[in-house]
Amino acid sequence: MLQTVLNTISLYAIPAILLGIPLYGYVKKVKVYEVFVGGAKEGFDTAIRIIPYLVAMLAAIGIFRASGAMNFVVKLLSPVTSLIGLPAEVLPMGIMRSLSGGGAEGMMVELFNTYGPDSLIGRMASVAMGSTETTMYCIAVYYGVAKITKVRHTLSVGLLVDAISLIAAAIITNIVF
Amino acid sequence: MINGIWLGLIVIGVVVAIFTGNVQAVTDAAINFSGTAVEIAIGLIGIMTLWLGIMAIAEKSGLIRGLAKALSPIMKKLFPDVPADHPAMGAMIMNIAANILGLGNAATPFGLKAMEELDTLNEHKGVATDAMVMFLAINTSSVTLLPATVIGLRAAAGSANATEVIGPVILATTISTVSAIILAKLFGKMKRYKVENYIEKSDVENVQEG
Repeated sequence: MLQTVLNTISLYAIPAILLGIPLYGYVKKVKVYEVFVGGAKEGFDTAIRIIPYLVAMLAAIGIFRASGAMNFVVKLLSPVTSLIGLPAEVLPMGIMRSLSGGGAEGMMVELFNTYGPDSLIGRMASVAMGSTETTMYCIAVYYGVAKITKVRHTLSVGLLVDAISLIAAAIITNIVF
Repeated sequence: MINGIWLGLIVIGVVVAIFTGNVQAVTDAAINFSGTAVEIAIGLIGIMTLWLGIMAIAEKSGLIRGLAKALSPIMKKLFPDVPADHPAMGAMIMNIAANILGLGNAATPFGLKAMEELDTLNEHKGVATDAMVMFLAINTSSVTLLPATVIGLRAAAGSANATEVIGPVILATTISTVSAIILAKLFGKMKRYKVENYIEKSDVENVQEG
């Protein structure tokens, strides 16, 4: 039931916006086509401007991922994280979540395939995946467009919140399921 | 800190690769991920253009101004340095609304527009303002009521109840977003993160870059 409602929302949300906003504009006597084109012309520059920032970030993350260094990080952290009820199996995905959304997604699917999506590990991975965004990607993309290189407290806040979010996911999953 | 983490990822990656025998994989990853980065940016051009066009209509028709006005009590608290009627407010509201609905590919264009608008208020180009850090903090902590990708992947993996994680996700994401807002405000007041600390350095670098 809930699944159907959610599917309907995801199916219709974008068409509703694409219909609703121009229709509302038309009622308010906006020259919809002309205004659309006028606003849309910045799209190209904006997208291109983030390339150097995104390449810098993704190349570094790619090197880290491919090296197998994650295994060492997990060995280092798992004694601490197991204390809060976070299984060592979920930890690599939790760390990857801050670095690469696609990478974390792949690891989550692997956990689903190995342990099943309805196991504690599968559920915890789902909650950890859904409750945060990829900090490094957000910084590269959003700051790239404004050419910000001095990020001040963004990174400390972002990574600290990722940790809080992972801990919250572990505790909540253990209590709820 | 961002310089340290960036360098750290590369140094750790290369050094570990030498010991684990993944040197070739590291080379491939560096090249492939650079290509992926460009593909992501190119892929953004279409949706960016589409949503900027739609947003221009929403702006011109007064829709965004109305939305910004309705939410101004919250927005003023979160972003005290941004004037209530500034276009950045409207773009940020659209971004957060798209995130809440789980519309990731609409959220990014609105977010990028918001950053451009926030930068027009930035007196020290290249240095993040308090409003930018707060906006990023809210975005990285993810405000979502509909973790659509996760539900989709759970269903694809054969889950008996793919949507059972929605409640826990909302609870966890609320905790993370609230802590993000609190930490962004607290850290912003700390001496080491004051804007003044970054101005001189960035001016020197700008000169060096010519």
